[in-house]
Amino acid sequence: MQDAAAPPAYHYHVVRQFTVMTVVWGVVGMFVGVWIAAQLAWPALNFDLPWLSFGRLRPLHTNAVIFAFGGCALIGTSLYVVQRTCQTSLALPRLASFVFWGYQAVIVLAAVSLPLGFTSAKEYAELEWPIDILLALVWVAYAVVFFGTIAKRRTGHIYVANWFYGGFILAVALLHIVNSAAVPISLTKSYSAYAGAIDAMVQWWYGHNAVGFFLTAGFLGMMYYYVPIQAERPVYSYRLSIVHFWALIAVYMWAGPHHLHYSSLPDWAQSVGMVFSIVLLAPSWGGMINGVMTLSGAWHKLRDDPIIRFLIVALSFYGMSTFEGPLMSIKTVNALSHNTDWTIGHVHAGALGWVAMISIGALYVMTPRLFGRQRMYSVSWINVHFWLSTIGTVLYIAAMWVSGIMQGLMWRAVNDDGTLTYNFVQELVERQPFYIVRLLGGVVFLVGMLLMALNVYLTIRGTRDDAGEDNRLALAY
Amino acid sequence: MANRHAVIEKNVGLLIVLILVAVSFGGLAEIVPLFWQKSTTEPMSTLRPYDALEMAGRDIYIREGCHVCHTQMVRPLRAETERFGPYSVAGEDVWEHPFLWGSKRTGPDLARVGLRPITEQWHREHLRDPRAVVPESNMPAYPWLQNTPVDWKHMERTLSVFKDIFGVPYSEQDVAEQMEKVNGEWADASEEDALVAYLLSLGQARKEVRE
Repeated sequence: MQDAAAPPAYHYHVVRQFTVMTVVWGVVGMFVGVWIAAQLAWPALNFDLPWLSFGRLRPLHTNAVIFAFGGCALIGTSLYVVQRTCQTSLALPRLASFVFWGYQAVIVLAAVSLPLGFTSAKEYAELEWPIDILLALVWVAYAVVFFGTIAKRRTGHIYVANWFYGGFILAVALLHIVNSAAVPISLTKSYSAYAGAIDAMVQWWYGHNAVGFFLTAGFLGMMYYYVPIQAERPVYSYRLSIVHFWALIAVYMWAGPHHLHYSSLPDWAQSVGMVFSIVLLAPSWGGMINGVMTLSGAWHKLRDDPIIRFLIVALSFYGMSTFEGPLMSIKTVNALSHNTDWTIGHVHAGALGWVAMISIGALYVMTPRLFGRQRMYSVSWINVHFWLSTIGTVLYIAAMWVSGIMQGLMWRAVNDDGTLTYNFVQELVERQPFYIVRLLGGVVFLVGMLLMALNVYLTIRGTRDDAGEDNRLALAY
Repeated sequence: MANRHAVIEKNVGLLIVLILVAVSFGGLAEIVPLFWQKSTTEPMSTLRPYDALEMAGRDIYIREGCHVCHTQMVRPLRAETERFGPYSVAGEDVWEHPFLWGSKRTGPDLARVGLRPITEQWHREHLRDPRAVVPESNMPAYPWLQNTPVDWKHMERTLSVFKDIFGVPYSEQDVAEQMEKVNGEWADASEEDALVAYLLSLGQARKEVRE
C-alpha cells in the first residue's frame, strides 16, 4: 500500500509518552500552585516543615508548570508536528527516546532537589549545576532530533510551525547555557559566575526570554499547526507569519531589562529594554491576528467545537497579556506594578490563559489521533473543561489585578505632611480576600485538568474503534 | 519578499544560522557593556566582604527561598526610600554571587533591614514564629533553624572561590582568621545565628546615607 504519495510510518511512541506526561505534570504542577496559593492565605499550611515551606515550593510550582507541563507539551507536539509537516518519520528515534527519559529525569530531580533547598536562587533557573548539565545534554539531543527530521523532510518548504519551534529550541539552548554559568562548591551548591547588576541583567535576559521563547515562540509553533488543522482552514496570512516571526525572535531578546526598572541596573539598559518591550506589542499581535483570522469563514466552529474554543480563547488571552506586558514595561506604570500581585496575575494570564489553554486544545486534537481513536472519550467534558479553564483563569487574574494595583497604591500613598499613609502590615491584611479568590480560581482550573486527565485516560483505554489513523491530517499540510 | 524568503524555508542550515543571528543582538548589546561599566563593577568604598557567619547565613537565605518573597532592591522612589531606607546602588552588589534582588514583595524589602531599629532577639523570635511578633504576618515559620548547626564543611572552599575566582578582596590572613572562628567560636553556631548575622549585615554599606 505504501507509495510515494502515502504518508510514511510516523514515530508516535515518544509523542504518546510526552502527551501522557504533559497531563500528569500539568495536574501535579497546578496542584502545587493551588497549595502554595493556600499557604499565602493561611500560613499554618507551611506546617513548620522545611520541605513544605513556601520559599521552597514556589520554585517547584513554577518549574513544574513551565518546564514539566509546558516542556512536555512543547517537545511532544513539536515531534508530532515536525513529522507531519515534513512528511517523514522522526530522525534518530532512539535519541528521541533519550530525550524523553532524560527530560523526565530532569523533572524528577527538580521535584526532589527543590524541596530539599538546593537552588541557584535564579528565578526559573533554580536547578543546581549537575541537573543543568543533564538538561543541556537532553536539549542538544532534542535539537538534533528536531532539525534532523527537518533535514530529511519530503516536502520542499519548511512549514511555519517549525520555524517557531526551531527558534524556541535554539534560543532556549543559548539562554540556558549562558545563564546557568556557575562555580560549583559541591554537588548540590554553586554560586553564579556573574555578580550583582550584571548577574541581574543576565538572569532577566534569560528570564524574559524563557517567557519569549519557551512560553511564546514554542507555543506559537503549536498554534500554527493545531489551529489550521482543527479549523480546517489555511493560515490566514503567510506574509504576516514571516514578518512577525523574525520581528518576534529579534525583539524579544532585548526586553529583559523591564524586569529591572528603577533598580541599580544602569539607566540606559532599562530604557533600551522598555523601548523594545513596547515595540514587542506589534509582532505579538501579529501572531494573535494570524491565528484568530485563520478562523475566517469558519466562525461557526466556535459555536460547535469546544476544541476550537480552547484554541481561540487561548489566542485571546495571548493578545491580552501581550498588551498588558508592554503596558507594564512602561517605567511609570512599572513603578506601581513592580513587586506586586499584578505581575503574578499577568504571568497567569499568559500561563493559564495562553500556554495551558493552547496546550489543552492541542492535546484534545492530538490524543485520539495518537492512540487510534476517532475522538476523545467525551466531547461534552471538553466543553465543561473549557468553561472551568476560562472561569478559573478570569477569577485568578481579576483577583491579582485588584490586589496588585491596591498594593501599588497603598505602598506609595503619603499624607499631607509627607509621611507614609500605610505601614506594610496594613497593606498585607487587605490582600486576604483576593488571595482566597485567587485560590478559588486555581482550584477551578485544576478541577478542569483532572477532568481532562480522566478524559485522556478513558480515550486511551477505550476499545480501539478505528484501526487506521485519520488521513485528513496527512493531507492537510 | 515572500519569494526571497522561500530560500530560507528550503534550507534548514540557513534557517538555523539566521535564527541564531537574530537572537544574538539583544544580549550582546545589553549584557556585554556592563562588564566594563564603572557603576556595575566598582565596589562602594564602604563595602565590606561578608564574614564566614554572614556568608553561611546568606546560603541559608538562598536555601529557604527568602528571596522568593522579599526583595533586596530599594528603588529611587520617594515612598520606597521613606519606607525602607537609602535606595540601592550597583556598587553595593559587585560581590553578590548570585544577586538577590528578588521580584516580589509578599513581605517587605530587606536591603536595609540591618539598619532598622530592631534587635537581634526580635529577628530570632520572628523567625521562630512570625505571628508571635506580627500577628497579621503570612510568613512561614522557621523553628528548625535554631536547632540546626551550621554545616561548615565547604566554607573554606567558598571563601577561596569568592577570593580567587570572584575577586572579592579577602586576604590570605582574612580567610585564615575566618576559618579560625569557624573552628572556634562559631563551630556550634546554629543556622538561626548565621541567618540573623546575615540579616543584620544588610544595608551597612549605605549606613552613612541614613545618618
